[in-house]
Amino acid sequence: MQTQVEIEDLLGAQSTYKEGFVTQTLVETFAKGLNESVVRAISAKKNEPQWMLDFRLKAYQHWLTLPEPHWAKATYAPLDYQDYSYYSAPQCGSCTSDSCASTGVAPQEPEIDPEVAKAFAALGIHLGAEGEAAEIAVDAIFDSVSVSTTKSRALLEKYGVIFCSFSDAVQHHPELVQKYLGTVVPHHDNFFACLNAAVASDGTFVYIPKGVNCPVPLSTYFRINEAKTGQFERTIVIADEGSSVSYIEGCSAPVRDSYQLHAAVVEVIVHADAEVKYSTVQNWYPGDENCEGGILNFVTKRGVCKGARSKLSWTQAETGSAITWKYPSCVLEGDDSVGEFYSVALTNRRQQADTGTKMIHIGKRTKSTIISKGISAGKSENVYRGLVKILPTAEGARNFTQCDSMLIGKTCGAHTFPYLEVQNASAQVEHEATTSNVGEDQLFYCAQRGIREEDAISMIVNGFCKEVFQKLPLEFAVEAEKLLAISLEGSVG
Amino acid sequence: MMLLEVENLQATVAEKDVLRGLNLTIKAGEVHAIMGPNGAGKSSLASVLAGREDYEVTAGSASLNGEDLLSMDPEARAQAGLFLAFQYPVEIPGVSNKLFLQTAVNAVRTAKDLPELDMFEFSQLVQAKMKLLGMRQEFLERDVNVGFSGGEKKRNDMLQMALLEPSLCILDETDSGLDIDALKAVAQGVNAMRSPDRGFVLVTHYQRLLEYVAPDVIHILYQGRIVKSGGMELVAQIEELGYDALATA
Repeated sequence: MQTQVEIEDLLGAQSTYKEGFVTQTLVETFAKGLNESVVRAISAKKNEPQWMLDFRLKAYQHWLTLPEPHWAKATYAPLDYQDYSYYSAPQCGSCTSDSCASTGVAPQEPEIDPEVAKAFAALGIHLGAEGEAAEIAVDAIFDSVSVSTTKSRALLEKYGVIFCSFSDAVQHHPELVQKYLGTVVPHHDNFFACLNAAVASDGTFVYIPKGVNCPVPLSTYFRINEAKTGQFERTIVIADEGSSVSYIEGCSAPVRDSYQLHAAVVEVIVHADAEVKYSTVQNWYPGDENCEGGILNFVTKRGVCKGARSKLSWTQAETGSAITWKYPSCVLEGDDSVGEFYSVALTNRRQQADTGTKMIHIGKRTKSTIISKGISAGKSENVYRGLVKILPTAEGARNFTQCDSMLIGKTCGAHTFPYLEVQNASAQVEHEATTSNVGEDQLFYCAQRGIREEDAISMIVNGFCKEVFQKLPLEFAVEAEKLLAISLEGSVG
Repeated sequence: MMLLEVENLQATVAEKDVLRGLNLTIKAGEVHAIMGPNGAGKSSLASVLAGREDYEVTAGSASLNGEDLLSMDPEARAQAGLFLAFQYPVEIPGVSNKLFLQTAVNAVRTAKDLPELDMFEFSQLVQAKMKLLGMRQEFLERDVNVGFSGGEKKRNDMLQMALLEPSLCILDETDSGLDIDALKAVAQGVNAMRSPDRGFVLVTHYQRLLEYVAPDVIHILYQGRIVKSGGMELVAQIEELGYDALATA
């Protein structure tokens, strides 16, 4: 997707993490620290209506009462929340801040900072005219703001599909935002979700009207650029009755020697007979060999299958971040609704991943499938943590879970924590788990056929992940395979 | 120049001496059989030549077409034309045989500065080779050796050998545990591949394979050394006297 030349131009020294470049541009960044006036300032910056400010303030007050969670199998020192900046946005020379941050689906898209556009181009994301011609619609988010949303006008006019930044949605579709914001992940859900509700930066808002099959995949690319900045995007995807959409998110960040905080919230609402496919290729900076820097990826993603026969499918390829704490979940309310979770999580060096899913069965004959592939290399720790809960109302519910772990080398760890709560005797729940090693015999066999060790490992690992990659949109599957190969560099030796 | 030249090769595995000054010379076009009792060092010889990590070479030399084998990585040895058919071919779940074979062929081609084969070109090549070995199409779609019978695994190794066109093929007890049909398949592979610029080392402790592949030279490996070399008559002597008596005679 991205040309080698473009990247190398921008890169310089950093060889393994190709997205690790820094963009130099004029930015407006709030001073470090968090208090009520910062929350008010963020809201004012985005020119928000009172109800949105109230939502933030309520969350902020509640957040003050919550302790930072440390139950995940990952160790990190308590974070100093006063040491982060909670708002950072590139300033475009050609427009003033209030016409830029909040105009949104205006006839004339505000001009994009050329440095920012260049950064996205290097990541394979084309904005402007080129973006309008692409086969995928993109919302490009740089630190705290959406800098461009391609195809948004055409989608709205032709199909009634709303695809815009969260900030725009607050301005232009307040009734929809108010109807759904916080309904799946309430502000008091957990520590990080609560923090997000208070200081939410930009995110993507998607609404697919009744009976519409969104003609192109929608995507968001998240880029953290500023050092010591938190990114707190809020994404809402709504699929109305009988509609369908494929939504994809990609993420990356520059190489920084200190932790950067990413605490996002994603809410997905799927109405009767609708289908949402949500795919993530996460390649946040994982930190260096010595565990310096990297992204702390503390994310709450949840969807509710509200209507009968609705379907929500999460597919994720997680290769980055210093620490990942993420459990994309499905609340299966509608009868015969279906939840799926397909995950590949790869950890190398000193990365720590604690990821999995929750499947909450409420409706009758609800069905869920979980396929999780964890790969650990280097000195990393990789945890699958999943909950399957069958409520008394979920007559005839079914779940199938398969957790496979692969270890590369002898200094890494893989752990599986499946939780099962079955409160209806008619439910069928299956769980399978395996752990395997990339064996020296396999590597020698490949070497004896002339295949280099890195290529052999990448081939073996990709084979292990095949079931999940098949669920990703094609070009992202290719991307994910490449990412695995890059992330595995230096994993043996 | 000799195809393979091994001089005074000594090696240990887990601090145990397995090769104790082995000499072996093979010319291109020749088929050599190496026979010997269990524990004589037959598989060790194959492993040391292919560069398996657990083995430590303590003395001696080995060269392939004049190139020093012992200083190369295992993959470089393979790229230089050394092929090992395994006693127990390894399973690789999730990786299709086709992908594996194509990756191997292209790795070897790249090392020789030849352009990589694309899917179409590779497909043509592999079809031709499979026909030669009497193999079915579905073989390509299955995961590498996963769920293969013993015979199928050996056939798969033969297919790899045919595709990579090595200059020296070492078959490490590839005939052990095979039924007669599979044994014939291995023999068919070897015979189809025999050529004036290729050499073979058949490591075996049965004579069965030798009924189907007539070797030029037979060696008896005993306690880490080759103690006797000759023609087919040696096979009869082994039958008659046993290795111990023959080696110490």
